[in-house]
Amino acid sequence: MLIDYIGVKEINGSLVVIDNVDNASYEEVVNIRLESGEVRQGRIVQIEGKRIVVQVFEGTKNISLENTKTRLKGHPMEMLLSPEILGRVFDGSGRPIDGLGDIFPEKKVNINGTPINPVSREYPRNYINTGISSIDVLTTLIRGQKLPIFSGSGMKHNELAVQIAKQAKLSEDENSNFAIVFAAMGVKNDVADYFKRSFEEAGALGRVVMFLNLSNDPVIERILTPRCALTTAEYLAFDLGMHILVIMTDMTSYSEALREFSSSKGEIPGRKGYPGYLYSDLASLYERAGVVKGKPGSVTQIPILTMPNDDITHPVPDLTGYITEGQIVLDRFLENSGIYPPVAILPSLSRLMKDGIGEGFTREDHSALANQLFACYAKVIEARSLASVIGEDELSPGYKKIMEFGKAFETKFLNQRQNEDRTINQSLDLGWQLLSKLPKEELDRVDQKTLEKYYHPADEV
Amino acid sequence: MEKQNVIYGINGPVVTVKDTRSFSMLEMVYVGQERLIGEVIGINDKITTIQVYEDTTGLKPLEPVMGTGQPMTVTLGPGILDNIFDGIQRPLKAIEEKWGNFIQSGSSVKALDESKIWDVKIDVKPGDKLTSGQIYAHCNETSVICHKCMVPLNISEGEVIKAAESGQYRANDTIVVLKDNEGIEHNLTLCQRWPIKTPRPIKKRLPTNIPLLTGQRVIDTLFPIAKGGAAAVPGGFGTGKTMTQHQLAKWCDADIIVYVGCGERGNEMSQVLSEFSELIDPKTNKKMTERTVLIANTSNMPVAAREASIYTGITLAEYYRDMGYNVAIMADSTSRWAEALREISGRLEEMPAEEGFPAYLPSRLSEFYERAGIVETLSGETGSVTIIGAVSPQGSDFSEPVTQNTKRFTRCFWALDKSLAYERHYPAINWMQSYSEYFSDLDPWFYDHVGDGFIKRRRKISAILQEENKLMEIVKLIGSDVLPDDQKLVIEIARVIRVGFLQQNAFHKDDTYVPLEKQKMMMKTILYLYKKTKQLISASIPIARVIETGLFDKLIKMKYEIPNDRLDMFESYIKEINVAFEAILKSH
Repeated sequence: MLIDYIGVKEINGSLVVIDNVDNASYEEVVNIRLESGEVRQGRIVQIEGKRIVVQVFEGTKNISLENTKTRLKGHPMEMLLSPEILGRVFDGSGRPIDGLGDIFPEKKVNINGTPINPVSREYPRNYINTGISSIDVLTTLIRGQKLPIFSGSGMKHNELAVQIAKQAKLSEDENSNFAIVFAAMGVKNDVADYFKRSFEEAGALGRVVMFLNLSNDPVIERILTPRCALTTAEYLAFDLGMHILVIMTDMTSYSEALREFSSSKGEIPGRKGYPGYLYSDLASLYERAGVVKGKPGSVTQIPILTMPNDDITHPVPDLTGYITEGQIVLDRFLENSGIYPPVAILPSLSRLMKDGIGEGFTREDHSALANQLFACYAKVIEARSLASVIGEDELSPGYKKIMEFGKAFETKFLNQRQNEDRTINQSLDLGWQLLSKLPKEELDRVDQKTLEKYYHPADEV
Repeated sequence: MEKQNVIYGINGPVVTVKDTRSFSMLEMVYVGQERLIGEVIGINDKITTIQVYEDTTGLKPLEPVMGTGQPMTVTLGPGILDNIFDGIQRPLKAIEEKWGNFIQSGSSVKALDESKIWDVKIDVKPGDKLTSGQIYAHCNETSVICHKCMVPLNISEGEVIKAAESGQYRANDTIVVLKDNEGIEHNLTLCQRWPIKTPRPIKKRLPTNIPLLTGQRVIDTLFPIAKGGAAAVPGGFGTGKTMTQHQLAKWCDADIIVYVGCGERGNEMSQVLSEFSELIDPKTNKKMTERTVLIANTSNMPVAAREASIYTGITLAEYYRDMGYNVAIMADSTSRWAEALREISGRLEEMPAEEGFPAYLPSRLSEFYERAGIVETLSGETGSVTIIGAVSPQGSDFSEPVTQNTKRFTRCFWALDKSLAYERHYPAINWMQSYSEYFSDLDPWFYDHVGDGFIKRRRKISAILQEENKLMEIVKLIGSDVLPDDQKLVIEIARVIRVGFLQQNAFHKDDTYVPLEKQKMMMKTILYLYKKTKQLISASIPIARVIETGLFDKLIKMKYEIPNDRLDMFESYIKEINVAFEAILKSH
């Protein structure tokens, strides 16, 4: 028996309250039909006896206390899945918008997912070669990792994400089984277009699933977008055995949508008005990356977020950093000096890299080289701050050498063209060539044997 | 017949029941058709509030809520070690076998494997008098840990009227029957239950005067912690909190490790799992997992169970302490636990205190940290629980409420520093901000075991670091070239201490764990070079001459060059210093 509930009791922001509802279940989907015939989707977010609070994804515009008919759907938000979804484009709540018709589902899955049992997780070890020196050598991306890009408005994070997506290769070549799930939350139309065009140019559009909630789309729908995308990714990875790279941009817009929803619900705000459960909520997305024992596929995530005012202590980057396995931080100074990709290597980190590099994975000297480059670059920063006080000419010869190294490191190692695909050996050798410009005593993170093999001061870059 | 209690309202993990008087505070309840586990957290005349430890999606009003009549408890018995549980002691391996790779709500499995057979030795005979906490049987839980069955603490005294023969029993088999003073008979099995929020009783607390050795130089030497102490490890993301916790879990000299992953990453837990099961414990030559229990409540698992995981962990730790073991519990991270408190508190619409945290945050923290201690147990043995709690301050700001309140209740503070981590100086424990209040308690032990020199050299080392810190202010302004030679020496030797001593490589086979004796020799060698150079400088020989010899850099690398079992090699370093200095003196 299907019952239509006529009218609502209260409207507040994106929420409506409906009275006298029987048999509602928590997180259930409802359809709200307006007089005009328009149907909106909503989700039950609170129940108190017979009174339910519904979050309307498309917003409450034009809804009055009397002009709606609400029907409970009897199930939570679901994503319709079948192998044909590859190459398709969906809106933020998982409905196809590419004009190719509805999905004929093989499976319907609750978009909230269920947590992977920690015992069933395979510890990620296989590294992904991105062809970008700063990432491959210093913040190596591992299959099954979640490695966000912390950026600011106007920086080249989109270009970097596209380059990673285009060039990403597994150490052993299984590329045929590789696909991309792209979720856009509150990004501008031309940014979404840029991604689409880039995938097209790379001839990869058939292996991409896109979820688009653009900046002029309903805000609350944004809360669903990453969940739809990740449900799709999990299906492709763990049911169909593919290796999935999920790119989600922009997590800051997502968090703002969550804040808007929370405040209209009248919840007690935490830092900067974000709800107290922002950490748990972000974790419920990011933790959906991983490799599961006994299944061939994997989900790797590259969330992109713009730090408001380039502030890394803002709640969104801060909480993200606590959940993800490292971060790639972009730097405005490097960006302005024309370095691409402008990766600020000191605050960047890949937590999983230590077990995915070295002998058997990349090369035995990788970890020593990475440590030494980090340490030397830290000295560069020290030398620069010293130089800003006493002037570059007054620096001791040791510091001058370090300054030279810093310059070369940025222009030769960090800097590369947007289509330049370096092999891991090229990147590692380049690192050693730069280090060889420094006196041997400076290299205190490397043991004697490795030094003898790779340190050749005579080489010039 | 009593009317059935049903769900009235649902808001995230919080469920309310209307018009009932049948529940008590902190009682464990089953919620809904799927029998989700919950706990009563608020009662008033009209509404009883319950937090549910599982995902509430799909729950409906009018579904039943059933009380259990008892608070949240854990099952204590053989089979805890070498196991991995979620926040409310459900064994994750068994859940995987039954439900597959993803955790569904309503997965209920018994905490301990009840079909497993243990080789039990019964230690009592009919007629023996037993008091609570006394041992009546034991079995080998793993090849390194002997599990002792203790009279449950709710039985104060009694006489054994029946005792089974030693032999093979399952966890729930009755092996001893005890008749207490009121004449009630108690069937004792291999296991018992205990409410997680109540500390287990002890006979008395003992002074904390034995260090927990960790093999990490910066901790053992500069900021030692006592067995039975509590330490906080605060640090922003990427500063190596988890790495530090892993290193301590692997190498500290506790008998049993309880590792609580509270609201942290799933991949990290699988790393602990795979690493610990591969790691051979140097002390026992057995697998590390044989003396470890893991509690994993990753950040995407339900929030309320995250709050419980800390209590579950500490209760398991106390249980093994009562058997006379030294237990160390690593809680990673207590901030996630505090945030779970905040989240639940927000759903209850309680008045928030600082930064939205509930006003009872400090009292909850102190209750937790006070459960650490070295004690005489009820059965007369000595056991300890050491708590090492990671704190993840928001925005790396140590003035936030969780860090500040944790500081009040721990006596060891290992502050992890972002700028050290950026330089990849690990462990990134900042020596200017960290402290340990255990020095005066522990110094007698150090004096007895590694000699007077250790304490003196430690003081010297901290003094040099202090002075370097002061000098660096000047250096930052005008450069190091203008400093007089003796101050240059301080800077130079402090660099040796920082890079060669404090910094430690967890991935190097020797450097990952360094015995106290080697730490002492390293300090001695570094300070010897310092003393000799100082003499030269007072004879007005420029320090540049010493730097030319490369001795400073050589000492920085000695942590790698000298294996842990070749402490005699330090002699050659001293000799080399002497030879080099004689050469300088001669040429001068």
